[in-house]
Amino acid sequence: MEAKHYDSIIIGAGPAGLTAGIYLSRAKAKVLILDSGVAGGQMILTHEVANYPGFESISGYELSNNMRKQAKNFGCDIMSGISIETIDFESDKKSLSLSGGKRFTSDTIILATGGRSRNLGVAGEDNFKGRGISYCATCDGDFFTGRKIAVVGGGNSAMEEAVSLTKYATKVTLIHQFDHFQAFQHAQDEVKANPKIEVKLSSKITSFNGDEKLESVTVENLLTHENYEIALDGVFIFIGYEANTDFLQGRCIALNDGQEIITDANMQTNIPGVFAAGDAIAKRYRQITLAVAEGTIAALNAMEYINKHKSTVSQPVY
Amino acid sequence: MVLPTNLKHVATAAELTELINSESNVMVCCGRMGPMCIPVYGIMEELQDEYTHVAFRDMMFDSPEASAIRNLPECRSFMGLPFTVYFKDGKVAAASSSIQNRQQITTILDRSFGNA
Repeated sequence: MEAKHYDSIIIGAGPAGLTAGIYLSRAKAKVLILDSGVAGGQMILTHEVANYPGFESISGYELSNNMRKQAKNFGCDIMSGISIETIDFESDKKSLSLSGGKRFTSDTIILATGGRSRNLGVAGEDNFKGRGISYCATCDGDFFTGRKIAVVGGGNSAMEEAVSLTKYATKVTLIHQFDHFQAFQHAQDEVKANPKIEVKLSSKITSFNGDEKLESVTVENLLTHENYEIALDGVFIFIGYEANTDFLQGRCIALNDGQEIITDANMQTNIPGVFAAGDAIAKRYRQITLAVAEGTIAALNAMEYINKHKSTVSQPVY
Repeated sequence: MVLPTNLKHVATAAELTELINSESNVMVCCGRMGPMCIPVYGIMEELQDEYTHVAFRDMMFDSPEASAIRNLPECRSFMGLPFTVYFKDGKVAAASSSIQNRQQITTILDRSFGNA
C-alpha cells in the first residue's frame, strides 16, 4: 500500500493537536491528525470550562466539538480510534503505519498525545471497574450512599474527593503509599477535621476482592509488611496523571524521568522536524489555554521548518 | 429530557421498548454529561458509520424513564456511570458499567451483533 504524504502529521487530537492543525491547515499545509481515542483529549472530559477566554462557561464537550469542526473546516484530515504500529522520526521524511496497514509520510510530526489518569495496576482493578472501583467522585459518588469506601492517593484531588465523598459514604478510608500527603495544607486540614475519614499512610492496596462486585481490598502496611483486609463497597482512585508517551519509550525522542517529552521554547524536541505540545510535554502547569498556546507555537515552527525544506508550501496567513 | 450529545436519544421507556422491538441490534448508553460517559458517546458517534447495522442511542440516567435501563437485572451490580446495554432482538445481549474504550466497545459489538 502506497504511503500518503502530508506536510505535518499531528499525533493527538486534544486542544494542543487541534490548535496546531487549525494553524497549519489555515496556512494551506496538508495536515493529518491522528488520535487513539476521540477528538478532544482530557478537555472533552471536563464538565464545565470557565477559564477559557471568550467563553464565560462552556462544556469541554462543546469546546472539543468546536475545535474539531474548525480543524476539519480548514482542511485537516482527522482519524480517531487509531493505533500506531511503526513510526520513524529520524529520517528527513518521517513515516508511520497504523494497525490495519495504512501508511503515511510527512515532513514534520507534532506530538500532542496528552495525558491520562493513572491506574493502580493492582490485581482485580479492571474486573471491578464500574462494580465498585471508580475514578470519578462526581459521576459515581451517589452509588455509595450509606456505604463504606476507600480513596487512594495523597494529592489535592484525593483529599478534596475524600471530603466530598463523605456526603454519601458512612466511612471513607484514605490510603496513601507515602508517610505524608502531597496535597496543600488546607486540603489536609479538611481531611483531618472530618470524623468520617480514617487515614492509612505508608499503605497500599495489593488486591481487589469480590465476586460480582467489589467486597473488600487487601492492604499492605509498607512499614511492617503486614497484610490485612478491609471490607468495603467502593474504592475511588486519584493518583495523578501520566503522559501518553508509552509508544515513545526506548525511541529517539528525549523524555524526562517522568516520561514527559522534553522540548525547547519553540516546542522543538531533540529530533529535527519533530515538535511536541500539550500535556505530554515536561512542564509545570496543565491547562487548556497552555495546550492551545503550545499547539500554536509548535505549528508556527513546524510551518517554518516545512518552508525551509520545501518551497511549494505557501506562507502562513495569520 | 435528553442529553446534549450528537447521538440520537431515547427519552422514554416506551421509546426504548419500541426501539428494541423494531431494531435487531441496539446499543444504549445511559449516563450523564460527565467524564466517564462523554468518551463513550464520542466513540458511539464515530462507530455509527462503521456499524450501520446497529442503532446507537443515549438516554439520560437521571430521567425517571431511565429506570427501564437502571433496573435491568443485568445492571444490578453496576456502580459506575454510564450503564451501557446492548440489545439483540429485543433481549439484553451484553451490558457494561463505567467508561469503556473503543476496543472494549467494538469487542462487545462484534460479539453481540457480528462484525461491521
